[in-house]
Amino acid sequence: MSTTHEPQGFLRKHVFSTDHKTIGIQFLFTALTMLLIGGLLAMLMRWQLGWPGRPLPFMEKLVPEGMPGGIMVPEFYNMLFTMHGSLMIFFAVIPLLVGVFGNYLIPLKIGAPDMAFPRLNMISYWLVPPAILTVCSGFFLQGGAAASGWTAYAPLSTTLGPGQVCWIVGVIVLGTSSIMGAINYVTTIINLRAPGMHFFRLPLSIWALFITAIITLMATPVLASALILLLLDSTAGTSFFLPAGLIIDGVLQPNSGGQVILWQHLFWFYSHPAVYIMILPAMGLTSEILPVFARKPLFGYHSMVYAIMAIAVLGFLVWAHHMFTSGMNPALGTSFMVSTMVIAVPSAIKTFNWLGTLWRGSIRLTTPMLHALAFVSMFIIGGLTGIFAAANSLDLYLHDTYFIVGHLHYVLFGGSLFGIFAGITFWFPKMFGRMLNETLGKLHFALTFVFFNVVMFPMFILGIAGMPRRIYDYTQYAHLAHVGGLNRMMSIAAFCLGAAQLLFMVNIFWSLVRGKPAGENPWQANTLEWSTSSPPPHGNFATTPTVYHGPYEYSVPGRATDWLPQHVKA
Amino acid sequence: MRVWLPDAITTTAPAIDRIFYIILWITGIVFVLVQATLVAFLVRYRHRAGRPAYYIHGNTFVEIVWTVIPTFILGTLACYNQQVWSQIHRTPPAPDLQVEIVGEQFAWNIRYAGPDGRFDTPDDVTTLNQLHLPVGQTVLFHITSKDVIHSFFVPQFRLKQDAVPGLRSRLWVQPTATGHYEIACAELCGLGHYRMRGFLTIESPAAFQAWLAQTRAESQS
Repeated sequence: MSTTHEPQGFLRKHVFSTDHKTIGIQFLFTALTMLLIGGLLAMLMRWQLGWPGRPLPFMEKLVPEGMPGGIMVPEFYNMLFTMHGSLMIFFAVIPLLVGVFGNYLIPLKIGAPDMAFPRLNMISYWLVPPAILTVCSGFFLQGGAAASGWTAYAPLSTTLGPGQVCWIVGVIVLGTSSIMGAINYVTTIINLRAPGMHFFRLPLSIWALFITAIITLMATPVLASALILLLLDSTAGTSFFLPAGLIIDGVLQPNSGGQVILWQHLFWFYSHPAVYIMILPAMGLTSEILPVFARKPLFGYHSMVYAIMAIAVLGFLVWAHHMFTSGMNPALGTSFMVSTMVIAVPSAIKTFNWLGTLWRGSIRLTTPMLHALAFVSMFIIGGLTGIFAAANSLDLYLHDTYFIVGHLHYVLFGGSLFGIFAGITFWFPKMFGRMLNETLGKLHFALTFVFFNVVMFPMFILGIAGMPRRIYDYTQYAHLAHVGGLNRMMSIAAFCLGAAQLLFMVNIFWSLVRGKPAGENPWQANTLEWSTSSPPPHGNFATTPTVYHGPYEYSVPGRATDWLPQHVKA
Repeated sequence: MRVWLPDAITTTAPAIDRIFYIILWITGIVFVLVQATLVAFLVRYRHRAGRPAYYIHGNTFVEIVWTVIPTFILGTLACYNQQVWSQIHRTPPAPDLQVEIVGEQFAWNIRYAGPDGRFDTPDDVTTLNQLHLPVGQTVLFHITSKDVIHSFFVPQFRLKQDAVPGLRSRLWVQPTATGHYEIACAELCGLGHYRMRGFLTIESPAAFQAWLAQTRAESQS
């Protein structure tokens, strides 16, 4: 069935590969590296927030301008949170969920030999390293890296130096990569399903990645267009986002006719759907892992699929809930408040169905299962705190405070990242043919779970106390005079959280070499990727599998085994 | 001192606090119930040899129940919240005082309309970072910016309003307590964002008029 034979040259086999599995693994190590760098930037921020102005002498050698004498300057702090947010969102979480699992899982789970457009797939990966280099190059340019937040609000973003321009260009390049990937995923899922793989026999992870790809296709071009306009405003003297009468550094600017708030509408028209790009695949992975380790069919398969669709549609109608204080018409504030409240309903449906899946199961607490359960538990906090921010009259107080920082970290770390850890620990045996170490895995899980909560939960309290986000030094404000102790505790926990990730790295590299051989189906799971060898050969399947059931036929009464693979006739 | 909501010092701030506590109670109860159920299931249904999982794909009745109940709760919340939102955003009845606030990197320019009630006339009173307000009177702010976006944030008002170049946003308050407070900039505006702090004094109308007269005299001398 595989009409092309495996390429033999090193470059074509391991570097410029068109094999979706190799590309998935390239995304994995690239994005994990960015996760590490993004985490280090966050720890530097936590140093400043825990002990404002205290020197960190060794840093002077690394960034003499950002930390002269080891003491952080405010410009550098602004670069840190800008680059932390940008790297984590664009180069860690999205590539980990969409790049890694989209590439690795889609062909294997639908019974296809590869993607529909393997060459496009290769290009979509190879646009990422240049995008990373472009975005990060600002650190080595005059004036430093981008420093206007990951949201790059005009006019601040158009007044900054070349680092900000590099940021814009790099994000455009990354957006191009995302669009290419999304075209590929949609085409592959529609056209290359194995015989018998009806849409309603698709695993939930594939449903989630399918809908995510459609969101990407519809939203990312808007971001790309907006970024091009911003680039022109920054470099070519246009006035898309710049009104008349701006006085920057005492100089009257020649612009006229632009609208500042237009940037926010265009940016959030992409970036709120992007929140769902970052959570739907993690929901899909979780929906995949819970049934395997509860040995039970997924509860409410159809409502889970419809809930994903509802979130995708509603996700396009809530963007201006980021703009309740922007000065837009209050009637718009009402409609976006209502749509935001409504989107909580499908999220609640998903949570209840996950609990329904656990009900009367036979639960095994493996490392991937622990991460998936943490996803459910932490996503509940992320979702519930979203209701505070959705209530627009309350958001007038909470907006741009640490409450929002806490909320987004419960969604993107507590949700997305625990989903990613669940996915990596679950599919590692398939990707590399070896098991991860369970003891190290559980230790990593426990420390991550505890320290994550110690860092992030107090953010809600700080927000309620009125601490603004993106503040280099909060100690001057009278109402924040007694939040120092809480901040120091969070900082210490953040360093521990970072250190705990060393266990994950050790586990991966040790297991790559010394891990116990995994065999085809170590978790006794039903979906098609577990019916081929680990790692699967070029072309994935010796013969095209035929699909006879849905993906979650666990503990079917009257069978000798408690699983029933999709390609096996009952 | 406890780290929690600061004092609420306007007529609308208590309504915002009430929404906060209502949502805190609802989400708190849901949080405890759902997390407790999760933990209970993990203990109760942990793997035991000889006890297979229950083969079930779902149940339409419970799906309807757990769709309708959150919809009802969130719908009620949205209606209640809308009342407060329109209370904050309605046009205030004939303001006693109008103040223009113009953000710039990194300071607040404050301008009082003066006796004629109009801005940009010779009787205006301007200050830098010093905002005085009379207690019990309705104040209408006109908020904008010279350069980048800033955000006028007084935690004790429970309000913030972005100061957007090219746009004049309106915000009204009626202070209910005297005292000294601070204005923070809540929208990233550059390297000095963290120190873009203003000072707010709420005092009796008489003391306020005295301060205004003195400031006018100082600026004209």
